[in-house]
Amino acid sequence: MSESNGNTATMPNIQLNLVGLSKNDYRGAPTTLCAGCGHNSISNQIIAAAYELNVVPEDVIKLSGIGCSSKSPAYFLNRSFGFNSLHGRMPSVATGAMFGDHSLRAIAVSGDGDTTNIGMGQFKHIMRRNVPMVYIVENNGVYGLTKGQFSATAEMGLRLKYQGVNHYFPVDVVQEAMASGATFVARSFAGDANQVKALIKAALSHNGLAILDIISPCVTFNNNDDARHSYGWGREHQEPLHDFTFVPREQEIQLGEFPEGTTRQVEMHDGSTIVLKKLERDYDPTSRAAAMRVIEESQSEEVLLTGLIYVETERPSLTDLYELPQGRALNRMSEAELRPKKSMIEKANAMMF
Amino acid sequence: MTTPQAKEAKSKQKNEVVNDFSMTVATMNGSGSQTSNVTLLRALFKMGIPVSGKNLFPSNIQGLPTWYTIRVSKDGYLARRETHEVVVAMNADTFVADLASVVPGGAFFYGDHLKFEITRDDISVHSFPAKQFAKESGAPANLRDYVANMAYVGVLAQMLGIDMDKIREALDYHFDGKEKPIALNMSVIDASYAWSAANLKKTDPYRVEAMDKTSGFIMADGNTAGALGAIFGGVQFAAWYPITPASSFAESLSQNIAEFRDKEGQEGKTYAIVQAEDELAAIGMAVGAGWSGLRAVTSTSGPGISLMTEFAGLAYYAEIPVVVWDIQRVGPSTGLPTRTSQGDILSTHFLGHGDSEHILLLPGSAQECFEFGWRSFDISERVQSPVFVMSDLDLGMNQWMTKPFEYPDTPMDRGKILWEKDLEKLKDPWMRYKDVDGDGIAYRTAPGNRSAQSAWFARGTGHDEAAKYSERPEHWENTMDRLTRKFQTARQYLPEPVLETQKGAKVGVIAYGSADPAILEARDYLAADGLKVDYLRLRAVPFNDTVREFIASHDKTYVVEMNRDGQMYKLLVLEYPEMATKLGSIRKYDGLPLSALWVKESLQAEEQK
Repeated sequence: MSESNGNTATMPNIQLNLVGLSKNDYRGAPTTLCAGCGHNSISNQIIAAAYELNVVPEDVIKLSGIGCSSKSPAYFLNRSFGFNSLHGRMPSVATGAMFGDHSLRAIAVSGDGDTTNIGMGQFKHIMRRNVPMVYIVENNGVYGLTKGQFSATAEMGLRLKYQGVNHYFPVDVVQEAMASGATFVARSFAGDANQVKALIKAALSHNGLAILDIISPCVTFNNNDDARHSYGWGREHQEPLHDFTFVPREQEIQLGEFPEGTTRQVEMHDGSTIVLKKLERDYDPTSRAAAMRVIEESQSEEVLLTGLIYVETERPSLTDLYELPQGRALNRMSEAELRPKKSMIEKANAMMF
Repeated sequence: MTTPQAKEAKSKQKNEVVNDFSMTVATMNGSGSQTSNVTLLRALFKMGIPVSGKNLFPSNIQGLPTWYTIRVSKDGYLARRETHEVVVAMNADTFVADLASVVPGGAFFYGDHLKFEITRDDISVHSFPAKQFAKESGAPANLRDYVANMAYVGVLAQMLGIDMDKIREALDYHFDGKEKPIALNMSVIDASYAWSAANLKKTDPYRVEAMDKTSGFIMADGNTAGALGAIFGGVQFAAWYPITPASSFAESLSQNIAEFRDKEGQEGKTYAIVQAEDELAAIGMAVGAGWSGLRAVTSTSGPGISLMTEFAGLAYYAEIPVVVWDIQRVGPSTGLPTRTSQGDILSTHFLGHGDSEHILLLPGSAQECFEFGWRSFDISERVQSPVFVMSDLDLGMNQWMTKPFEYPDTPMDRGKILWEKDLEKLKDPWMRYKDVDGDGIAYRTAPGNRSAQSAWFARGTGHDEAAKYSERPEHWENTMDRLTRKFQTARQYLPEPVLETQKGAKVGVIAYGSADPAILEARDYLAADGLKVDYLRLRAVPFNDTVREFIASHDKTYVVEMNRDGQMYKLLVLEYPEMATKLGSIRKYDGLPLSALWVKESLQAEEQK
């Protein structure tokens, strides 16, 4: 598909990509999420990645479950088909949908509650099946749409305003992904725009399930001092990240330059800090053992490891396993291809006794 | 005990009973008796005798009692009968009850390894050395118990007059022509047949005789028939999770689809089948596939249906075609998982949350399972809504004598789906949920459509005609009203009821599904008793005007069904409140298929009230 798709006005200042589309052609409806929500910057990086990769929007389907994060597919790639499905059940819908036209690429967005609470089962099984799609977990450790309950990724001991203390051990999305045989496992931070975009691009190029665990702090509800995923605002700062002393509600935390192999202490809006550690440049993401080791190490060091942690390219994707026709979509097949010939009814009856 | 001579004299006073009795074999499950039982069933069928077989089995793999009942009926009646004329006992646990179950004058056979006192003298009693035949067959030790069950096949064949050539034919079919198991089993049957001829004396009146009443019929179970129907309906995607009694639907699909759909020289498959992690995922995958423009099906039973509730509601409201087979069984939770029921009618019809209503198709025979296998896709894609095919354990898992499957008589109806060229031709901009034709059914597009105008965002959330997010009251109300309109439109695409009427009948019966054979038979008995009864067999919900007219034109119409709450009766009362007093409800809910005798007596009792 090419230029014929473009409905962009040929104005001199608009930059077109190789498929003749401007960045505008990749945008979605205006976001209705809170100002400053990390999810919006992820949406922006999806737009940027698709634009820069010259992806035709009609070649993409968008999927999500339920929650703040799952609303976001409406805010990017307007020209792509989308399905905002059920809470925790996006993986099954995606699995079935990928058979309609297996030349399509899928971008799925979920949250920590949608994936690791109600959707843990389907999350694990979609990894087993290696469904070829980008699966982004916008992870903030808290329920937004229902106003501030703990999710399963909330750290133990976290105190929230109305919920009290979380006593349960947290689920680590990346570790679960490794345990379930995901073929592409990465983590990033919503405010690290460059890394998020680079990982989305890599994930879009992966033929298999690509898990992106993106820490995306909630500006509104995860606002306690201790919160690893928190994103409060207007507090005193001990070690400011940037040269600002006050973060207005509508401003997202952006990391700017963040070289490989370094760690970065990130001051959250509520004054708490998280420590991000970017994988070394020479880290080999094709070693499963190395991936398990760095995840374990980062947990004991209490840092959030970011970067492409693991990738395996040999394993066939779900649609590869089904011997689907090359270059032909199942959903384009005619009656002549789908209904056995009239003479075959004899065979059906003969099969019976 | 009376002497054999005395018994013989007694039975000679009676007339022989030919091709009109039931025989029941009592075994343990997991003992391989199924092969013996279907061999008998098929041999009788090949002799031209109308026959039906019902497997009454436990939810267990090995060691619990199982009964298999075969009814031969020269009149072509296929319903369950309540009496057992010939009984074979192979299970010590149930021996006493099995012996007691034989009708006076009947015949009782048992393996001589069972040491019990024979407490009856009003029946013919024969023992036979089942284990000995198995031992002498040379079967390896681990197979001996299995082939021991073939002993009763030989004994019954000899004592009842079953054609040995037909038995060989049945075995050949069962073992798919594999010489070794056929020869092994046949050797036991031959040995027991010869032993029976030499040692047993026929003193009961029951026997079979070849006739010509099965030509033009096949033997099939509803699940296999439905799966084959789906294959002829161009099924493209199936997702399923194991559950009794529905598993054999999906398994049959998997086993047979290549045979019918993979063509020589064809590149790639035209279908995909996925075993899901649970029923939530099974229907989720099917809904995803339906959204992406595929003919998608999932199959389950009541507990799975309840897990599918949320997706059913979503598919109803987002208007996504998907076909769901419900092979109904008894009870909530595990209930009686191996017993039959029509207990999911109300819950499935209204499955969802908020306002929702679903199309139900009600197959009444294995042939109709085949038909609804393909037709359900046409209806679902035409109406853009889930379609539930409500079969049950009895229909789905038992072997039925049925009319041959018929090739679809209408081309595939893919409904209102637009591709690139269709969109180009439109004068007005396309909107996903706009009721252009006034029938409540809007036009849809599917992922993979490369037109820049084709994309839409599916959601369960409130939406306007353009599928855009909306919480405006009038948008919600408009959508709900259009869905109501769509449901009205749907009626014209649904299979008509089947009517059996006669002049002067004032009483009507409405039934559906596997209740059919018992109703047909009961009508004959009622007529013989002087009560003419008309019969309407429902084949779909929602109802059409034929149903209204039927109820209106009879003084009283009884809805006969297999659930406690009279679920279809209640739906009819809801639909026709003005005729509620003309409707009566007759219900059975013990897990057993209906018998004609019970239908007849229940209806007579209602009439006398």
